[in-house]
Amino acid sequence: MTAKLVQGYEVVIGFETHTQLSTQSKIFSRASVAFGAEPNTQACAVDMALPGTLPVMNEGAVQRAIEFGLAINAHIAERSVFARKNYFYPDLPKGYQISQFEIPVVQGGEVSFFMEEGQETVRKTVRLERAHLEEDAGKSLHEDSALGGGGQSGIDLNRAGTPLLEIVTQPDMRSSDEAVAYAKELHKIVTWIGICDGNMQEGSFRCDANVSVRKPGAELGTRREIKNLNSFKFMQQAIDYEVRWQIDQIEDGHTIQQATVLFDPDTGETRAMRTKEDAADYRYFPDPDLPPLVIGRDWVERVKSEMAELPRVMAERFVRDYALPEYDATQLTQSKAVAAYFEATAKACGQPKLASNWIMGEVSRRLNTSEMAIEQAPVSAAQLAALIGRISDNTISNNAARQVFDHLWQPKIAELVVSDSLEDVTAGVIALAALKQIDDIIEAKGLKQMNDTGELEKIIDDVLAAHPKNVEEFKAGNTKALNGLVGPIMKASKGKANPGQVNALLMKKLG
Amino acid sequence: MSLTPQDIARIANLARLELKPDESERMLTQINGFFGIVEAMQAVDTTGIEPMAHPVAAIQDITLRLRPDVVSEPNQRDLNQRSAPAVERGLFLVPKVIE
Amino acid sequence: MSDLHQLSVKALADLLKSGQVSAVEVATRFLARTGGNPHNAFLDIDSEVTLAQARASDAKLADGTAGPLEGVPVAHKDVFVTRDFATTAGSKILSGYRSPFDATVVQRLRTAGMVTLGKLNCDEFAMGSANENSAYGPVQNPWDTSRVPGGSSGGSAAVVAAGLAPAATGTDTGGSIRQPASFCGITGIKPTYGRASRYGMIAYASSLDQAGPMARSAEDCALLLSAMCGPDLDRDSTSLDMPAEDFTASLNRPIEGLRIGVPLEWWGNGVQCAWFPDMPARRSEGVQVEVQIAIENALKEFEKLGAKLVPISLPRTELSIPVYYIIAPAEASSNLSRFDGVKFGHRAKDYTDLVDMYKKTRAEGFGNEVKRRIMTGAYVLSHGYYDAYYLQAQKIRRMIADDFQRAFTECDVIAGPVAPSVAWKFGENAGDPVADYLADIFTLPASLAGLPAMSVPAGFGAQGMPVGLQLIGNYFKEAQLLNAAHRLQQATDFHLRQPEGI
Repeated sequence: MTAKLVQGYEVVIGFETHTQLSTQSKIFSRASVAFGAEPNTQACAVDMALPGTLPVMNEGAVQRAIEFGLAINAHIAERSVFARKNYFYPDLPKGYQISQFEIPVVQGGEVSFFMEEGQETVRKTVRLERAHLEEDAGKSLHEDSALGGGGQSGIDLNRAGTPLLEIVTQPDMRSSDEAVAYAKELHKIVTWIGICDGNMQEGSFRCDANVSVRKPGAELGTRREIKNLNSFKFMQQAIDYEVRWQIDQIEDGHTIQQATVLFDPDTGETRAMRTKEDAADYRYFPDPDLPPLVIGRDWVERVKSEMAELPRVMAERFVRDYALPEYDATQLTQSKAVAAYFEATAKACGQPKLASNWIMGEVSRRLNTSEMAIEQAPVSAAQLAALIGRISDNTISNNAARQVFDHLWQPKIAELVVSDSLEDVTAGVIALAALKQIDDIIEAKGLKQMNDTGELEKIIDDVLAAHPKNVEEFKAGNTKALNGLVGPIMKASKGKANPGQVNALLMKKLG
Repeated sequence: MSLTPQDIARIANLARLELKPDESERMLTQINGFFGIVEAMQAVDTTGIEPMAHPVAAIQDITLRLRPDVVSEPNQRDLNQRSAPAVERGLFLVPKVIE
Repeated sequence: MSDLHQLSVKALADLLKSGQVSAVEVATRFLARTGGNPHNAFLDIDSEVTLAQARASDAKLADGTAGPLEGVPVAHKDVFVTRDFATTAGSKILSGYRSPFDATVVQRLRTAGMVTLGKLNCDEFAMGSANENSAYGPVQNPWDTSRVPGGSSGGSAAVVAAGLAPAATGTDTGGSIRQPASFCGITGIKPTYGRASRYGMIAYASSLDQAGPMARSAEDCALLLSAMCGPDLDRDSTSLDMPAEDFTASLNRPIEGLRIGVPLEWWGNGVQCAWFPDMPARRSEGVQVEVQIAIENALKEFEKLGAKLVPISLPRTELSIPVYYIIAPAEASSNLSRFDGVKFGHRAKDYTDLVDMYKKTRAEGFGNEVKRRIMTGAYVLSHGYYDAYYLQAQKIRRMIADDFQRAFTECDVIAGPVAPSVAWKFGENAGDPVADYLADIFTLPASLAGLPAMSVPAGFGAQGMPVGLQLIGNYFKEAQLLNAAHRLQQATDFHLRQPEGI
């Protein structure tokens, strides 16, 4: 990746993302992982590390790790090992975290995405180092000052043991923009394949950014790790602040000390955490309670065959099969629902580019303003297809179509919406019910274009007679004079005249 | 090789054990005494030998058993916390954690 | 019946089934004997709980739903967590701890019908070979109260020897069932690693810990072991998926032609191995002559029964001491991190902050040997030492296991002493932990290899203290071990001898 320099420094960013896997039960116990329960009501004896308890691995977590590995073209280790990471912390009930150290389950792989650079869209690729399975810790609550008469923290172990896939990149990102773009793409992938709900507020997708700066070509600088970036906005702010801070330090002749820092959204600054003195020595060793995790090729093949089409693959298909520009294809594959809505519409009306324009334009604009998901759109794919059909067969103009669309979008129309499951849309066939509904609205609003030449010619003749001056000027070569004629004609036709047809007839009559 | 008092202090901190001076001294002598018999181990040539985790792996491959992803643990908070030193509103209380 | 406490598990089970005695009578009789806690063997007793279980057993005996051991009393080593009794693992850090669940082994024995008498004293977190490391005081050896009962399952061995319980559970990590059984003149077996569930056994060294029964005879051990073993797929990832087995089925099988391997490295100390005088006697950890003679007499008995002795070699026997004392403390240092004063157990009264709370809590809660092993374990796992110590030890461990597999191509079971000596006097090894470590030399190899091994009373040594013969079998050959031991006990009466006044 070409490096954009900041004050003559190259920015180097690597990511560690903790994704909570969307299982029902915890990674090593049968307790629920549901969010928001009363403190410690979802921490069973195993999660509380009560004496005598032992871990038993959840197949669902492994399944999701395999799905992720396949989604990013990584190597799925036939044999991986769980290790103990030893350190004392109140939210770590066993005094060690069960994780993977020397041999992770997912090895290598890459994440690609598009970025606007100046005019053109460029494809960026971030290499992944590894993704490993581990257990989440509990939560320490410091806010409640009343606890224990003050000065105490409360420990809730409901989250302890929630399965995590920690996804680690190479230090491949060179700007906060790239970092955010990567994080968004990763977020899209894990939610698309359904291994994580992606809820950043609830901590299901937590990003740590390792940031360092260096003079181009120099050795990697000392990095500082920004912890728990739980929104893309903060991510950008935090990294930008951190980069400026590090450059200022170096410019002022200070050296950067390796540290873990937190971002404070209120001040917009990052500050170093109180470091665990012995954080350096985790005394990793293979967990004797858990034999090696062995994943057979047959399992990987089975998962591969059952996996949904990935966004990038689908985008490529849209470009290929629907002749869409790469930009459209990428936009339309931001979520499964949008992609499905597009395909249903495009197939039905046979006009992919028009469908794309409408969905990226009218549809998404209205969804945004009313903060709705596409599943809730009052206008179904079948209706949109019908509408596009009527535009392309010249029944109505684009303006008229927009009026019909407005009308359909009204919530009160919602109950009239023709329900059409996206699957049963057959190529080139527009649902009759939808078509009838569109035609009724066109009729009711009298938006039908006037395609009867005789009637139109009469109007044109009247207008020409009424505007001899424009006619002369046009004949004298002033094409602008034509507008002075088209206007009145459209007006006389109450907007129903087909502009194309009007132009054609005028040319014939004046030429 | 033998441990130094500094090693003892470092390890005691890692293991979160407060050792009184005399304890540390005794610990140092005894652990070093033990490492006397460990030397023999260092001489053994183990090149190409797989470390053994589960003993029965000596005769058959032992791999991780996976359980179906099913929730079956009821809420037993009160029972689980009955020997807890300090609990308030279901939370374990500890001296303030500063980050 | 006044001599109920003299009866074997088998005999009690039969009496209870025939209705000649009730579970409540049996329980009452044994509870009466525990009054004043002889030998300091019990850590918790609750007659209410025991009698309630006994009444339930009587009901089952009455309506014909009785389990194979219905109504027979048993006491559990305090490393097994129990819902109805306190569980301390012999440590102050767990003083008064109440588990919300029963260990799988406890549950299985109850399902088989056994009535729990209480919890038994042991070395703190099973770390020790003399029971001098219990926070609740040492257990006395019923044969000589000035001597140790062995450890770490000292309470278990003492109650059986003293007729305070017909049987007890124990755990064996490096010899903690076999050595106290040997010191107290009873029978005890540790099955193949993975046969008995570790769920509910407070972990000392996860890759070595195994539960097993301790009783007077091999037959009684077979009865308990059959009930204790079996897969625990839902709770223990190291539990082997092998069906439970009736270990009593083949007890009486003749042992003609049984090949008994005699490890030459285990003989010596001036005394030539009786059978292979031409073989140079290698050095051994100073085996007491009386111990060696008792072992050789037991081997002669086996010959009379038609067994054949063959010389074998276990060349890495001595290495098993450092290997074990690296691996076990390493795992222990991590297993014991959960005892931090946050979720359960002891918490220091005064502390300045969180870290201070941890350090004081653990300093007050753990005894010296436990602290020593935590320190050693944390050290060998710490940065820069892992490969040289823990990894190297796990590799040599495999070589030791391979040595056994080689040996088992030449023999069916391996025989030798359990310990180099008989039970020593309290305080003899005090202040010198390494001396205790060296005394484990004969039990550590089978532990490291995860093999089934047992101790069988084989006579008496110095000062008339019991001597145990160790039998080691190949993986899953518990039945064969018990068969050999049972035949020996048919021909000898060492297992029936009792201390004065029982």
